Amino acid sequence: MNTAAIPLPAWLEVVIIPILNIIMALIASGLIMLAIGVDPLEAVGIMIEGAFGSDYAIGYTLYYTTNFIFTGLAVAVAFHASLFNIGGEGQAYIAGLGVGLVFLAFDSVLPPLFLIPLGIVAAAFFGAAWAFIPAWLQAYRGSHIVITTIMFNFIASALMVYLLVNVLREPGQMSPESRAFAEAAWLPAMHEIFAWFGVKITRTPLNASIFLALLCSLFVWVYVWRTRWGYELRTAGQSEAAAVYAGIRPKTIIITTMCLSGALAGFVAVNEIMGVHHRIINNFTAGYGFTGIAVSLMGRNHPVGIIMASLLFGVLYQGGAELNFEIPKITREMVVAIQGLIILFSGALALMLRPWIVRLYLKIRPVNAVVDH
Amino acid sequence: MLFGISWMDILAVFDATIRVSTPLILCAMAGIFSERSGIIDISLEGKLLATAFAAAAVAAWTGSAWLALGAGILVGIVLALVHGFACITHRGNQVVSGLAINILASGLTVVLGIAWFAQGGQTPSLPAEARFMPIDFPGAAAIGDAVPIVGPLFNEVINGHNLLVYVALLAVFATWWVIYRTRFGLRVRAVGENPLAIDTAGLSVSRLRYSSLAICGLLAGIAGTYLSVAQNASFVREMSAGQGYIALAAMIFGKWRPVPAMFACLMFGFLDAIAIRLQGIVLPVIGEVPVQFIQALPYILTVVLLAGFIGKAVAPKAIGTPFVKER
Repeated sequence: MNTAAIPLPAWLEVVIIPILNIIMALIASGLIMLAIGVDPLEAVGIMIEGAFGSDYAIGYTLYYTTNFIFTGLAVAVAFHASLFNIGGEGQAYIAGLGVGLVFLAFDSVLPPLFLIPLGIVAAAFFGAAWAFIPAWLQAYRGSHIVITTIMFNFIASALMVYLLVNVLREPGQMSPESRAFAEAAWLPAMHEIFAWFGVKITRTPLNASIFLALLCSLFVWVYVWRTRWGYELRTAGQSEAAAVYAGIRPKTIIITTMCLSGALAGFVAVNEIMGVHHRIINNFTAGYGFTGIAVSLMGRNHPVGIIMASLLFGVLYQGGAELNFEIPKITREMVVAIQGLIILFSGALALMLRPWIVRLYLKIRPVNAVVDH
Repeated sequence: MLFGISWMDILAVFDATIRVSTPLILCAMAGIFSERSGIIDISLEGKLLATAFAAAAVAAWTGSAWLALGAGILVGIVLALVHGFACITHRGNQVVSGLAINILASGLTVVLGIAWFAQGGQTPSLPAEARFMPIDFPGAAAIGDAVPIVGPLFNEVINGHNLLVYVALLAVFATWWVIYRTRFGLRVRAVGENPLAIDTAGLSVSRLRYSSLAICGLLAGIAGTYLSVAQNASFVREMSAGQGYIALAAMIFGKWRPVPAMFACLMFGFLDAIAIRLQGIVLPVIGEVPVQFIQALPYILTVVLLAGFIGKAVAPKAIGTPFVKER
């Protein structure tokens, strides 16, 4: 029986099946832990304690969450237009260059009131620019966006290493990084913001960019589901031919969507460069761009789902780091493996359980009631 | 002598080119089998890494290079079948599935490496008996001394590699022969272009694609084994270092054809081999070439090619779309 055509109610389709997929991924992760002689339940306990046990832990968890919201949204926006942006990593990296160049030029002359917005705009602009080239090549030259964005990740990495080693490196400095920006260009950290209100919390990398992340989530929701542009984007994603008949230009959609996607990915640089490191450093993106793909798949490409998935990955990252202290056998790479399994089960095998669910559902409800409506 | 570069230097570069091209060639051939049958395979990188780890682990335990090769091939085939299970049986997104395998391999190799060997993700250093060691052809040195130009070329470049290097060159011929000269190859090409035709002819699309993927896994397994048991003497974390993606680029550069893909691999390998040597050398006219530029060149060239600025690379027509038999 071909079950793909049989509709299921929304709660099964968007709640139960995704949750079952995640459970399968977590069971597989548990089996790996068992295989290397670690009790998965104990590990989960340590992870949750490590991610939520103190304001320090929560700060770190939310700091990672911020990055994942940005990259998850970036992937999701492109997905709605049927574009697969694997290049979030490179776009975020180049966005860091943009932020850095602007700050290295102006941090001593402009006040924070101008510097901060300027940095955010630079991140968006450079991220978008790095996504624009693959988008243009896809729209006008027919090259496959997946391959081009993969290639652009490597090109970005080579370019950044070159610039950091040969151009931006502080004289006399060994490590490939730029000079630190003046404090005027630093995004306020969360402990500073709390201190304005007289509340004292532990110092963590968490900073004001988490508000930007939440704003972006709202923006993406409005843009994709509540504006004409979003309607055109989704139409072009569903069927290019239908879009053309509706007077939508798919080429323009490809380019605007990818630029938006690149800008969102670029905001990782706002968190990392403006909020935490305050200088351009080598490889600050650390795989966040790839994690965004897992986040987006897990969150079903919807901002609410993405925020929840980002939080889960924040817990995995921070909890995973704590896990390493408690059980030295488990390193952060365990989280990378879990991430791979989530992409496998929530993404590639997303439809694996559906035929079973459909059969089960048809047992409960008569077939004609399901198919004819 | 040209800019202080001697004939022996050039031969050494060619020799290095062959060594670094070998895993690329094997992976590119692996990719050809997968993609010619209509399945996108960006998981070459993950397969390379996972099979390198499996081979090094088995070599460390058993001390046998051949068992290591078997383990590499086995893991390669298993990963390829996972990819097939997601993409063929469950019609999942092929790029997503490939990415999952890459990320899984990147995490799992380190997790298992630490759990099993407790050396920070590395495997123990292998003794010579547990590796594929260079083979010296009898009389190669004598020919090298006796015959001018061709002699040293043979002795320095062709001679003295390990078995898997020659296997890689053989794999190119085998791939060409299977794809273009056998009934199976004809069907693989057909299923990548028009699976409906294959289905109408009464053949199983799934079976053909699964078989192709298994061959892909086998070749990737040899490549991984080469990395950790032949070229190097242990597994090091992230040792594939993007070579799977370079092979993917080379396969596209060769327009999904075995022999041109091999030449693309050799070209990318050559760039890699000269990148280190060119460091700090000022070339006439061009000036000093940054190493990073040469390292990025394979990717840049592939982008330019895909954009249709130098020839046109056309992928198999049915690539990326799952086959749905029922209507």
